[in-house]
Amino acid sequence: MSGTKRLIQKDKYRWEIPQDYKPGMNVPGILYADDEMLAHIKEDEAIEQVANVATLPGIVSLSLAMPDIHWGYGFPIGGVAATRVKDGVISPGGVGFDINCGVRLLRTNLSEDEVRPKIDKLVDALYHNVPSGVGSEGKLRLKPNEVEDVLRKGARWAVDKGYGEREDIEVTEERGCMGGADPDKVSARAKQRGGPQLGTLGSGNHFLEIQMVEEIYEAETARAMGIMHVGQIFLLIHTGSRGLGYQICDDYVKNMGSAVRKYGIELPDRQLACAPVTSPEGKDYYAAMACAANYAWANRQCITHWARESFIQALKKSPSELGMEMVYDVAHNIAKIEKHEVDGKKVDVCVHRKGATRSLPAGHPDVPKIYSKIGQPVLIPGDMGRYSFVLVGTERAMSDTFGSTCHGAGRLQSRTAAKKGVRGSDVAYKLEAKGIKVRTASLSSLAEEASEAYKDVAQVVEVTHQAGISRKVAKMRPIGVIKG
Amino acid sequence: MRDGFEIIDHTADIAIAAYGIDMKKAFANAALGMFSIMTDIKKVNETVTRDIKVTAEDMKALLVSWLNELLFICEVEKILFRRFDISELNETKIVARCYGEKIDAKRHKIKTEIKAATYHMTQIEENRDGVRVQVLFDI
Repeated sequence: MSGTKRLIQKDKYRWEIPQDYKPGMNVPGILYADDEMLAHIKEDEAIEQVANVATLPGIVSLSLAMPDIHWGYGFPIGGVAATRVKDGVISPGGVGFDINCGVRLLRTNLSEDEVRPKIDKLVDALYHNVPSGVGSEGKLRLKPNEVEDVLRKGARWAVDKGYGEREDIEVTEERGCMGGADPDKVSARAKQRGGPQLGTLGSGNHFLEIQMVEEIYEAETARAMGIMHVGQIFLLIHTGSRGLGYQICDDYVKNMGSAVRKYGIELPDRQLACAPVTSPEGKDYYAAMACAANYAWANRQCITHWARESFIQALKKSPSELGMEMVYDVAHNIAKIEKHEVDGKKVDVCVHRKGATRSLPAGHPDVPKIYSKIGQPVLIPGDMGRYSFVLVGTERAMSDTFGSTCHGAGRLQSRTAAKKGVRGSDVAYKLEAKGIKVRTASLSSLAEEASEAYKDVAQVVEVTHQAGISRKVAKMRPIGVIKG
Repeated sequence: MRDGFEIIDHTADIAIAAYGIDMKKAFANAALGMFSIMTDIKKVNETVTRDIKVTAEDMKALLVSWLNELLFICEVEKILFRRFDISELNETKIVARCYGEKIDAKRHKIKTEIKAATYHMTQIEENRDGVRVQVLFDI
């Protein structure tokens, strides 16, 4: 494969893909990985994709790949690219189909010994209250004009309707509502798909996980996030913008096919279709993407509310006894206009994060007040059988990666290979043997998500920690999973 | 040239190659391949039909758009398709009658959710023996 040629090792965890790696690259690439991970990364086309992204007009500094990188379509998964707003492009392929797929973490006052005896009840309540599975539809059934409200207001729409608390919004990236969202730029088809699906988990790698704290690395930082002790119970929500987001991406990749010719852009892969950020096509996509991002935040907000209800029902405790406050909510498939330092000057750039998480340092204006002294919480879901991490953003991320870090474990094995080795029922059995209770809509989808199919998230996180683009705060282990 | 379709391995997603004696047959087999990834197609009956017309700027875009149109109908109308009668197909337009069944949760297990067909790795090859098309799905 082409991926094995000419990488230059910069330091222990950074590998440069030189600008002459491939014709048309405007900047070099940088890949974060340790030796062992690099060997796997070289096995498919991911490095080629990092080089392809480097050919985008107006890309600045570097085409970046986080250690959870794997072969995607267009951009690699784990890719970060910043393009100048002034003369650069925006690419729907740099965000992906599941716009604002992301993660939300809720704390509780509970400890493991209070939850373990009732874990069956709790998992059943969550499975019952949060619709999941392929094409799952919710209990909300929005009318078209209500869909538009969701697209404009994001998480605030849900809170206004009684799903959750005002405080939840304060600890949501972009406060759960991205500016510039224009529902007129979203097709009727996308709205039609979005109507029945708000408040649903979906399928694939989306899940709800009841977790317990296994290890705390920075006690003071952890405390600021409400992570107090080993054994404390948390809830992690991982889902995105559902069919609405898929349709917006599809609509705009199609639209931008003609924009590419109109603006004379040459691309190595059609899925990288793009348009200048300031062109009508670019602005329309941004306005539609912001709508999908808002839909996803409303989606996680509704699920948050039903998750809290499920805890109340299953554990027979009051909201104040449970103390289910939100820690944070991050997007990991998104493009945003941000200010970053490029060649010593502050420049407006469009940061594409496709399978990458924002990682802002202490004191940054976009970090919620309660975290201004520690930095932005970064939530990294692992795979079902192992663990997840809570990290915190750093200055180094601002200077090296446009304020970004990894987003998860990253696939190692194809889904078909994963399924060949294991059966869904075996996966469920193995997880239960490890003390993890599972409820799923599809055993087959469970097999695809078997632990063996993923890189070890601890290894991924360790690279970002050592390279300084995020710091480890705590490790969580699942005790209950609801899998879409 | 062969008939039918095969799954091509990809780390995160699934790609298929579909074959046919002509373009119509290859496009129909690509659709059949897509629904076979989603469900056990043998359990789908032909009780509903939908007439579909899709246009695109060229053949590759048409292939992607055709499959995404079927995914759209599948999601919105909850229909699984198993037979595709393509009456017209040129560089920019496809017209087809599609046969399938409304999803019955008791009989139809959905194995995998396909988010969309992508343009990455899209290929269309035509020679004397027939046609081979290839598409990568985001799942």
